[in-house]
Amino acid sequence: MLRAERIGKTYGGVVALDGVDFDVRAGAVNVLIGENGAGKSTLMKILAGVEQPTSGRLLLDGEPVRFASVREAAKAGVGIVFQELNLCPNLTVTENIFLGRELSRAGATDHAAEKTRAREVLARLAHGIDPDARVGDLRVGEQQIVEIAKALVEDARVLILDEPTSALSAAEVKVLFGVIGELRQAGVAVIYISHRLEELMRIGDFVTVLRDGRLVASKPASEVSVAWIIARMLGDKARQRPRGATRTAGQVVLSARDVSLPRPGGGRLVDGVSADFRAGEVTAIYGLLGSGRTELLESLCGARKAGGTVILNSEDVSALSVAERCRRRLRFVPEDRQRDGLFHNLSVGGNLGLSSLLAYVTGGVIGAGRERSAIADMMARLGVKAAGPEAAVGSLSGGNQQKVVIGRGLMTGPLVMLLDEPSRGVDIGARGELFDTMRALADQGLAVVFATSDLLEAQAVADRVLVLAGGRLTADLTIDEATEAALVTASNASELMETAA
Amino acid sequence: MATETSAGTAVQPASPSKGVSVLALLLKLRALIALAAVVAFFSVMAPNFLSASNFLIMFKHVAITAILAIGMTYVILTGGIDLSVGSIAGLAGMVAGALILNGVTLRPLGVVVYPSVPVVIAIVLLLGGVAGLFNGVLVARFRIAPFIATLGVLYVARGAAMLLSNGATFPNLVGRPDLGNEGFPLLGSASVLGLPVTVILLAAIAAIAAFVAKDTPFGRWVYAIGGNERAALLSGVRVERMKIAVYVISGVCAALVGLIVSSELVAAHPASGETFELSAIAAVVLGGASLSGGRGTVGGALIGACVIGVLGDGLVMMGVSEFWQMVIKGLVIIAAVVLDQLQGRLSAAGKA
Repeated sequence: MLRAERIGKTYGGVVALDGVDFDVRAGAVNVLIGENGAGKSTLMKILAGVEQPTSGRLLLDGEPVRFASVREAAKAGVGIVFQELNLCPNLTVTENIFLGRELSRAGATDHAAEKTRAREVLARLAHGIDPDARVGDLRVGEQQIVEIAKALVEDARVLILDEPTSALSAAEVKVLFGVIGELRQAGVAVIYISHRLEELMRIGDFVTVLRDGRLVASKPASEVSVAWIIARMLGDKARQRPRGATRTAGQVVLSARDVSLPRPGGGRLVDGVSADFRAGEVTAIYGLLGSGRTELLESLCGARKAGGTVILNSEDVSALSVAERCRRRLRFVPEDRQRDGLFHNLSVGGNLGLSSLLAYVTGGVIGAGRERSAIADMMARLGVKAAGPEAAVGSLSGGNQQKVVIGRGLMTGPLVMLLDEPSRGVDIGARGELFDTMRALADQGLAVVFATSDLLEAQAVADRVLVLAGGRLTADLTIDEATEAALVTASNASELMETAA
Repeated sequence: MATETSAGTAVQPASPSKGVSVLALLLKLRALIALAAVVAFFSVMAPNFLSASNFLIMFKHVAITAILAIGMTYVILTGGIDLSVGSIAGLAGMVAGALILNGVTLRPLGVVVYPSVPVVIAIVLLLGGVAGLFNGVLVARFRIAPFIATLGVLYVARGAAMLLSNGATFPNLVGRPDLGNEGFPLLGSASVLGLPVTVILLAAIAAIAAFVAKDTPFGRWVYAIGGNERAALLSGVRVERMKIAVYVISGVCAALVGLIVSSELVAAHPASGETFELSAIAAVVLGGASLSGGRGTVGGALIGACVIGVLGDGLVMMGVSEFWQMVIKGLVIIAAVVLDQLQGRLSAAGKA
């Protein structure tokens, strides 16, 4: 029905997609898988008109088409539901469904017609959502249904779902799968992206695997197995395992005991996690999107009020704020640097020195010389490439910005560094350097903990891998035990349990 | 101007062209240039404008807006706003007036105590700090939008000022020798080495505030909070405390202004200080601060206050009607913000 031919896409010299062919079949669930950065999202953005391909073309019902915008794609019947929900929580379900394309009569919004139409679409989705309910009052799963309704109200014939289950509870996933099944019956072509292999095997009709921007394999789901998919996803990389020398870990400096975080709307984001982190050890927390990686780290550093106990250097810090935990030498490097890590109004030096200012103070005044030399030392130690400490932090590359955020924590002389997806937005070349830094920190006696959704990263950098699935700790593996199979099985464990139950 | 700059960058994309950097510098110094322009304009247009005595008078007027603007700068740097400063100034003046005229009745003892002027000043400044603390707790602890929280306090403080005298003025605040509370008018009228006390106070406050903003951890944290509050939190900055502190500073500055105004008039009027908050905010913005936080300086606010003060006095000396004065002030503020936007776009273009 929809066909992508030899699609290529480059971002400023970086090849994101390299001549990918992708067939979308009507009345089927077309599954797309690949690791982070394999090009899945880019391909979907091109299909939905968010981005324009650098080369190649799209065919809809055999006719070449160009979508200059999401609106154009939607008019042609291609709808997309993004990973992050794009709804206005203050408006009603109906208002959200018709946002930007209000039905009008004589210049005024035709509320009655909108409501009737919304009711029809929601009924088609076999879901009893009240069209007058405020979206903010709905649960995440229901909001997802509203997003799908938004696409369907334009008679979408192709519906793209980008990691739709990452924020959903098991029960909500079941409802969503029911809806997908009905859409398939009705002849809609569903494109489904997910990291969760078990999920894909359950609902997929056709499986397409992307790796490094290339199409690796495409087959009917009935002919493939989980092992086959993993082998295609990882390719040759699965056999490489660059590793430093393993070292003996020191004392436990950070312990989590039964840490739990409730999910708004029921269930738990982090579910009774207990783990110890040792000095001189790099621990990876591996898990898929929505497994609770970020939430666990944020609970440990105090950014989220979690249940359970956190013990830092033999002291119970469960009740303490982020600032108090920072003073006790626990440091957190957030995943989203731009949003949570950087101060764009401060220079590189200002960003680096911010957490350790009190160390340079005499008589209430910052000793400019001492601060400057400490900043220069840290820039040299981490190899921050910048015009100088006065440079604007926004002028640095992603990798160097990451070093600045890490350096800010390091300048306080921490015991524990928690890093959330440290390689995100860091280009491949700079990643090796970043990982070397993390290992060097462990060599110096820090407990380094990082969250990742990348199998190879976990294996390449860590001494030990904890696996999270559905907020629960499903495996605690030494690096020798942490094979692909073990990690994939453990990261899908909660789902398997629920499927079995 | 916008087309000119974009053309300039298009011609020489590799390095920012000379025209652009000169323009950027001019925009950066716009508050100072505006001040020079305003002074030059009135020097020509208004007789007697350019005299030492007139400048001293103008500085006294400027001091009122400037002290408020300095406190406001800290608040705005964190991304907040303090609408209550005018009312706090009004309340502060009234409390000072009440203390001097009526003293404090200690009910159980049945005596009336008249505190000396330094004690009155201390009490009033403390009161301003408490009002600021209230603002800060509402904003930082209870997460109420600063606009709303301080708007509420604006009404409460004004109402309280009215209640103190049932809306009447406390006149003739000279004190009595037998009560030992003389000397209050000196704050607003005395001079040291030919300089009015208020101007000396302003200079001292501005110097300390600029130093604190630049060279102390507190100052750096204030900028950090305005730049990215969540990053500040995750970096271990005690965001709540710092935000409360900036409102306390603003409240104390407001109380000081209330004292100065009532001392200058030798009377306290409950409606005094109305719309002062707007002049203070305008001064801060004129001085190049961003209302979304993280950008701005104490020096800028000072210059901004000078522009507003000089503009006001100069127009009066030229005999321009009060109504036209308001129109002109409004246009100047709008022009300042437009220039600010332009500077932002220009620096963004310079980076690209």
